[in-house]
Amino acid sequence: MSKDAIITKVAGPLVVAKGMSNAKMFEVVKVSKEKLIGEVIELHGEEASIQVYEETSGIGPGEPVELTGLTLSVELAPGLLTSIYDGIQRPLELIEKEAGSPFMTRGIEVPGISRSAKWDFTATAKVGDQVSGGDILGTVPETTLIEHKVMVPPNMSGVITEIKSGNFVIEDTVAVIKTADGEEKIAMLQKWPIRIPRPTKGKLMPNQPLVTGMRVLDTLFPVAQGGAGAIPGPFGAGKTVTQQSLAKYCNAQVIVYIGCGERGNEMTEVLTEFPHLKDPSSGEPLMKRTIMIANTSNMPVAAREASVYTGITIAEYYRDMGYDVALMADSTSRWAEAMREMSGRLEEMPGEEGYPAYLGSRTAGFYERAGIVECLGNDSRKGSLSVIGAVSPPGGDFSEPVTQNTLRVTKVFWALDAKLAYKRHFPAINWLQSYTLYADNLEGWFAKEIAEDFPENRRLTQKILQDESKLEEIVRLVGMDALSPKEQLTMETARMIREDFLFQNGFDPVDAYSSLNKQYRLLKSILTFMDVAESKVVEEDFDFKKLQSLPVKEDIAQSSFCAEEDVDATFDKIDEAIRSQISAL
Amino acid sequence: MSTAYKTVSDIAGPLLMVEGVEGVTYDELCEIELTDGSKRLGKVLEAREGLAVVQLFESAQGATTEGTKVRFLGRSFELGVSEDMLGRVFSGSGAPIDNGPEVIPEKKLDINGAPINPASRDFPEDFIQTGISTIDVLNTLVRGQKLPIFSGAGLPHAQIAAQIARQARVLTEKEVSEGKGAEEGGENDEKFAVVFAAMGVTYEEAQFFKNEFEKTGALSRAVLFLNTADNPVAERIATPRLALTAAEYLAYELDYHVTVIITDMTNYCEALREISAARKEVPGRRGYPGYLYTDLATLYERAGRIKGKKGSITQIPILTMPEDDVTHPIPDLTGYITEGQIRLDRGLHQKAIFPPVIPMGSLSRLKGKAQGEGVTREDHSGMDAQLTAAYARGTEIRELAVILGESSLSDIDKAYLKFADRFEKEFIRQGEHENRSIYQSLDIGWDLLTELPRSELKRVKGDHIDKYMKVKTATTA
Repeated sequence: MSKDAIITKVAGPLVVAKGMSNAKMFEVVKVSKEKLIGEVIELHGEEASIQVYEETSGIGPGEPVELTGLTLSVELAPGLLTSIYDGIQRPLELIEKEAGSPFMTRGIEVPGISRSAKWDFTATAKVGDQVSGGDILGTVPETTLIEHKVMVPPNMSGVITEIKSGNFVIEDTVAVIKTADGEEKIAMLQKWPIRIPRPTKGKLMPNQPLVTGMRVLDTLFPVAQGGAGAIPGPFGAGKTVTQQSLAKYCNAQVIVYIGCGERGNEMTEVLTEFPHLKDPSSGEPLMKRTIMIANTSNMPVAAREASVYTGITIAEYYRDMGYDVALMADSTSRWAEAMREMSGRLEEMPGEEGYPAYLGSRTAGFYERAGIVECLGNDSRKGSLSVIGAVSPPGGDFSEPVTQNTLRVTKVFWALDAKLAYKRHFPAINWLQSYTLYADNLEGWFAKEIAEDFPENRRLTQKILQDESKLEEIVRLVGMDALSPKEQLTMETARMIREDFLFQNGFDPVDAYSSLNKQYRLLKSILTFMDVAESKVVEEDFDFKKLQSLPVKEDIAQSSFCAEEDVDATFDKIDEAIRSQISAL
Repeated sequence: MSTAYKTVSDIAGPLLMVEGVEGVTYDELCEIELTDGSKRLGKVLEAREGLAVVQLFESAQGATTEGTKVRFLGRSFELGVSEDMLGRVFSGSGAPIDNGPEVIPEKKLDINGAPINPASRDFPEDFIQTGISTIDVLNTLVRGQKLPIFSGAGLPHAQIAAQIARQARVLTEKEVSEGKGAEEGGENDEKFAVVFAAMGVTYEEAQFFKNEFEKTGALSRAVLFLNTADNPVAERIATPRLALTAAEYLAYELDYHVTVIITDMTNYCEALREISAARKEVPGRRGYPGYLYTDLATLYERAGRIKGKKGSITQIPILTMPEDDVTHPIPDLTGYITEGQIRLDRGLHQKAIFPPVIPMGSLSRLKGKAQGEGVTREDHSGMDAQLTAAYARGTEIRELAVILGESSLSDIDKAYLKFADRFEKEFIRQGEHENRSIYQSLDIGWDLLTELPRSELKRVKGDHIDKYMKVKTATTA
């Protein structure tokens, strides 16, 4: 610890201190008498620039800076799930208790995970076992949904000389490993620096979809388990609603939700809603598989920068246990802006629109932490981490640097469209602009697990929607009557796809989640309608209005509200009605 | 602390550099005494060893590098607050300007406030009836929400804000169960207050609000902070913070339900840009500083409710969009922070429709919990979606009709066209002093929907149509 480290400059979240020759890059320091948490981000000789994670008003030159010797790390142990943290893993509820006020005060030090809670540790390894990084030593029932696996820390190997089951707090030693450098005591509590990805044996190719229950996403633009996707969109288009819906319904086992620089009231909504929502597969509260990081827009900007790393490190930890983890970051633009703000204060040479030149590499580095991997450890288990990042482009203009840098590294692009949102078409995902590069990887899975013709229907649907946009231009110029009957049918089918299939009511308890089978059957019925009508409409004197007003169309429109157990019966009936009603025309 | 430094080395715009200082802290308040003895306030923007960058809250006119004295006060900018502030008018830096006595403070509060812990917030879900159909039905305002008005130069945002402040109230349980929101009365034992902050607006506009409050007797429960166009630019940085500090005191310590009206945020952002430019900071979009989002968030996020506290802060900031451009950084960043926006439309205004609130582009993010049975009426959310979707379709068809001629439209298209016209005239348009209950507004909606064939009403529930629609539509089947 250096005694003479002294502040020489304070400007917002940036503090410069001298006498810091012992400091390391990204070392955590305590700034001033108030002991505000900061991180070293630049070193010049014995001078260091520090980004401070708390409000710096009232701090001035001459005050001390204390080195801790640690890099900014997260605590990993049972007790993470159901937690709600700020950007640097301080539990918000403990901050409230410690501060004694609903307002955030400074210099509060609280542990990330409770030191007094006791957990039942069941040893699965035994004395004499030769173990190395990632091997599972034992398990803890963390929540009713997730069994926590206590692993040998990466980069350690040796022979177990002691291991015991029982009821422990997270700092108790549960095992002792004899390594080449001597005996190492292993507790449930482990730490990992947030800016370094946790090691794995290697990445695998994604081949399974992350099922979200949203028809437009699953059927048209699926993302893979272990994939990375971006949701850019102007304000009011539904980024947050989409992200929350993913957090509620996607088929990952663990969810990490990062509210990065977003609205306080919206975080409160998530915080009050999740404990009451039930996991669709187990019926348990969703909170039991969720970890939340809430760093609202008025909380210190530097902690916003750290929050995405805090979140993804926790997510990687559960991935390493062999779980499918999904991480939602809302919004990564705020993270990029935090970087821009710090970069500006450091007087760095700016890149595009004032963003630092390293925006691209940092963005890529973040999204590359997604993936489906073979975890460290001897049981060759697999885990996946899917990352969905919301992007808030200024003015909804996708050509801005954050969106562009994100698209370069994500393979799925869900473009939110303000025009659709104005028309109350939700989810307001533009079907012409969006894309997925996982379609080919996932086709096999869909064909095998859902239906042979699933990929084919998907392609056909996209073609119909493409055709519609072309035909619409013609209609705009010369009117509907100028179209051939077949073209009119395409328009009609496209309308059904948009209004009955792509439109989804997120507030309706049944419609909010569509199983893949329901998605398939619904789309298939619409396509059947087109298929059957195709031969009919070319008949001479065919009255198109009659086709438009068939009662079965109403059945299709209502079918998305049918309960999951009735899906097959409902759609069998609808398909039957389509054939009989159209042939009767 | 009482050392006066005479070491001003540079003056640029509203900024002063003071050399040789000791013990100065970031964000510290300081007092600048000019050679003629007049005193001005400033704050420390950057504290270095032996150098402080000070931003004046007033103009630097008359300041000299020699002879000007700077005293650092060892605290940040504070506002003395008290319940006696109600009914008073203050300048943009917090001094009384209504010839009344000084307010004797109960407490002194840092005007920067502190972020509310997200875990301590209570989710806002109490429906506020503003008496304006386009807000109540389509963009429902909720207690504790921040809902800005996106306006343009020359649009009647002041009248709308005043109308909201005048008419806003929460329905009693009895009114909801009876399905009547009486225009007046329904008094409950809750305390209301209005805090008004004006930054860089004209004297007339400030006066308009003052008169409005006086006329309706609301002045006795209002606190006004006025920085008019001829007042110092740098003072505008402090004005909204003073107002919100007063509001927080009233809401969280004295249990008031406070409505905060801030106008005009565009002037605030411009003041911020001026200071940023004087500091030679790297600019973000259109010359605004890169931290504009963070800075705006520290204002807007000071709305909400807190668990265990009775009071609430509802914010209605007004901003004028330069060239009516919603992608301009000020409305853009605002929209990313606030919970929706009320957007005013020049086209509607030119058709003499008041209030010119356009449903497309307006939004209330918190409306979900404030619509429906037990809060307003069961058909509310369906009606919201149906009216907006139908009006959007109607305006599209109107554009089409311009090209193709009305005669070439199909019957359904014509119905939508008629609906859109009536919607503007009967639903959007209302009097400046017309206070419609939510139930009246919903019933107007049902009446308008009779223009459309029933098969088109996909967003409202069938049994609600049967229950609430007075005239059955002819089905086209």
